[in-house]
Amino acid sequence: MSAVFEQIFQVGFLAAIVRIATPLAFATLGEMFSERAGVLNLGIEGIMLLSAMAGFTATSLSGSLWLGVLVAVLVGAAMGALHALFTVALGLSQHVCGIGVTLFSSGLAYFLYRLIFGQQSVPPSIDGFKPVPIPLLSGMPVLGPAVFNQFTLVYLAIMAVPLAAFVLYRTPWGLSVRMVGENPRAADSAGVSVIATRFQAVILGGALMGLAGAFLTMAQFNAFTFGVVSGRGWVAIALVVFGRWDPWRSAGAALLFAFVDALQLRMQASGLGHIPYEAFLMLPFIFTIVAMAFMSRNAVAPSALLKPFRREER
Amino acid sequence: MSAPLIEMRGITKIFGAVKANEAVDLSVAPGEILGLLGENGAGKTTLMNVLFGAYAPDAGEILVEGRPVAIHNSADALAAGIGMVHQHFHLAPRLTVLENLLIGIPGRSGRIDRAGGLARLNEISRQYGLSLDPNLPVSALSVGEQQRLEIVKALFRGAKLLILDEPTAVLAPSEVDGLFAALRSMAAQGLGIIFISHKLNEVRALTHRCVVLRHGKVAGRVDHPAQTTSAAMAELMCGHEIVPPVKEASTPGSAVLTLDGISTSGHTGTPLRDVSLFVRAGEILGIAGVSGNGQRTLADVIFGMLPPKVGTMTIAGKTIAQFSPRELQALGLGRIPEDRMTTGLVTNLPLADSMVLPRIGTEAFSRKGLLNPAAIRAFAEEQIKAYDIRCPGPMVRAGALSGGNLQKALLARELAFDPKVLIVSQPTRGLDIGAARFIHEKFLAMRAKGCGIVVIGEDLEELLMLSDRIAVMYEGRIAGTLSGADATVARLGLMMTGAEGHA
Ligand SMILES: Nc1ncnc2c1ncn2[C@@H]1O[C@H](COP(=O)(O)OP(=O)(O)OP(=O)(O)O)[C@@H](O)[C@H]1O
Ligand SMILES: [Mg+2]
Repeated sequence: MSAVFEQIFQVGFLAAIVRIATPLAFATLGEMFSERAGVLNLGIEGIMLLSAMAGFTATSLSGSLWLGVLVAVLVGAAMGALHALFTVALGLSQHVCGIGVTLFSSGLAYFLYRLIFGQQSVPPSIDGFKPVPIPLLSGMPVLGPAVFNQFTLVYLAIMAVPLAAFVLYRTPWGLSVRMVGENPRAADSAGVSVIATRFQAVILGGALMGLAGAFLTMAQFNAFTFGVVSGRGWVAIALVVFGRWDPWRSAGAALLFAFVDALQLRMQASGLGHIPYEAFLMLPFIFTIVAMAFMSRNAVAPSALLKPFRREER
Repeated sequence: MSAPLIEMRGITKIFGAVKANEAVDLSVAPGEILGLLGENGAGKTTLMNVLFGAYAPDAGEILVEGRPVAIHNSADALAAGIGMVHQHFHLAPRLTVLENLLIGIPGRSGRIDRAGGLARLNEISRQYGLSLDPNLPVSALSVGEQQRLEIVKALFRGAKLLILDEPTAVLAPSEVDGLFAALRSMAAQGLGIIFISHKLNEVRALTHRCVVLRHGKVAGRVDHPAQTTSAAMAELMCGHEIVPPVKEASTPGSAVLTLDGISTSGHTGTPLRDVSLFVRAGEILGIAGVSGNGQRTLADVIFGMLPPKVGTMTIAGKTIAQFSPRELQALGLGRIPEDRMTTGLVTNLPLADSMVLPRIGTEAFSRKGLLNPAAIRAFAEEQIKAYDIRCPGPMVRAGALSGGNLQKALLARELAFDPKVLIVSQPTRGLDIGAARFIHEKFLAMRAKGCGIVVIGEDLEELLMLSDRIAVMYEGRIAGTLSGADATVARLGLMMTGAEGHA
């Protein structure tokens, strides 16, 4: 048994946690901005998939990784705008539109991928991002190789958390986002445009989801497959609740989930072969459900979540 | 008098079939407090929402200091120096006082300007005597403090005209004095104020001039409110004379509701401590007290929403073993809750459905487990006629009704089934004089029919007028009970602050 543990807890394990947490952190922050403004975005799973595909394609056609990232972000933002058009401008059901956006984006991603790359026995791959060691810091024991010898996108995710907290809690725009998510009428009567603020938050959220997608196909797997997102979007929605709509807590939730996920990967690979691997696959999800059940009982959602705003209605 | 600060000319606003405002003219001078009066649904709030940019008028224009301005949204109104304190506050309860103040205010070098906000808050606090703790979440403020925050919010944005929509409806009498002092100080410093209220003695005490609306049109103007009688103003509002109801002497029968030594555990609100009271058939028991002294808990216990920890309750001689609203209703208990919108009616359902809600499963409204829409509709139509509930029809969304009409609908619903005991909270809060009279008459009629009524309220004059006995609540206890003849405003006021106990 101790051999198993030794195999599990090594530097590589820490690095794996950080890598698994990165797309989750982007996606969770994206969903959090959207929900803080009062808009649930169930389109997240599809937006991530479409962005992952778009970024991959742009890179594979142009050879530029950063162009791919830019395309993924723009596609994410555009799908966010589409969701906002339905739910914010037209005030339609956020559940239905979100699922619609996911179905539409996924379908579009499959379709375009087939159109561009055709049917190939071995999926095409790209030369993805390479780890960039940070001078000095990467020399630290344990933390150095795990955290400071990573992809640039990982560093971006690490910086995104305090940045998101700063934007949400310290800037006038962030205050507007929180206000339209709590009481849009209050924001409106204070001269803040509820529609514009919600649009911006959902679009920013979409862009972050796009980054999450880009990470999957351009750093983690370097290829696009139809299962590349595999529920990470749905997990992010749970992590937002788990993180109580706060950037720091949400990022913490993403790390925790990543820990359980990395653990189950190691357990699969280690000497516990007599247990079917599907059992390990379930672990992170079981963890999410249990954690949600305990932690979210006193979590309070933004009061105006799911509620469209129409000025002349009472 | 100087040039008007603000002038509305020929304002018309139409909602579907309802002309909420029709060719209304109105002006306010700097330093002037204008009263805006009218029955429920007369169009006061609508007119002010037009001025504040929340509604687009169908006709008419707005002038600020003599210049026509286009006001398309609240941002335009604020820029023109118009601030509004709404009937239902526009605050985010989970954000802090300072955050609620700073919403929509540009920051400094990209950040929220906390220091600047605090300085401005202090300045306004000092200038008008309105103090607030900037770091508390709004949910921790009392209703009076939330209102103060709304006023400060408007001043913070440089309002020259302040609109207050029924500000006193939510305040305890002592808080009203503080509000009036602040408003007078603002007027003295050159601000214009529009004050909406149904309480005519307040209007007479505070305002310099009044405009009266009826069915959306200006029905009259009062130039010297202090010298005008409430009766004359009421007549302008309603178009006919309002006669106070006569309370006939009655001999109460046996007790229909008895509470004996009731205490509750304090998870929500103020817990009750050893509360004993009774009300007899044909008797009205008033419950006075500053809000938050356990009145809401008392109402919840009596209605079966909150089982007491110790103590017994008896309705019509039957001791209650199981506290549930359904059981108690079956025993003949009716309730009109304080918060009409959340516990009263379902605002998103048709009015008719809300009106039969407590009895939805009974013979009268369902057959073989299925609803009987025809019966529900017929019942609602009948009640709408009997109680003169003004609405487009029984299928209208309940939330679209004005406050007075909502209250009438609730009353109709409870009284239609001849309750033996009726418990009501703040029965006429926010209602115009005509509607309040109507409700008082209904209570007195029920009393004459032998119903025992418990009226929980903060309006002492109303309690004195209706009640045969008045119990005063203080910190979850009954501080004392007075007979209607012994009770005076002064004496009740003392007992409400815990100064005098009385058996
Ligand atoms: N958003 C709305 N949609 C449809 N009808 C409305 C709306 N707002 C107000 N009305 C209608 O316009 C009329 C005027 O309503 P308003 O709220 O202005 O009255 P009020 O004078 O403020 O009454 P109260 O004293 O009860 O507050 C009413 O008939 C009301 O039902
Ligand atoms: Mg009103």
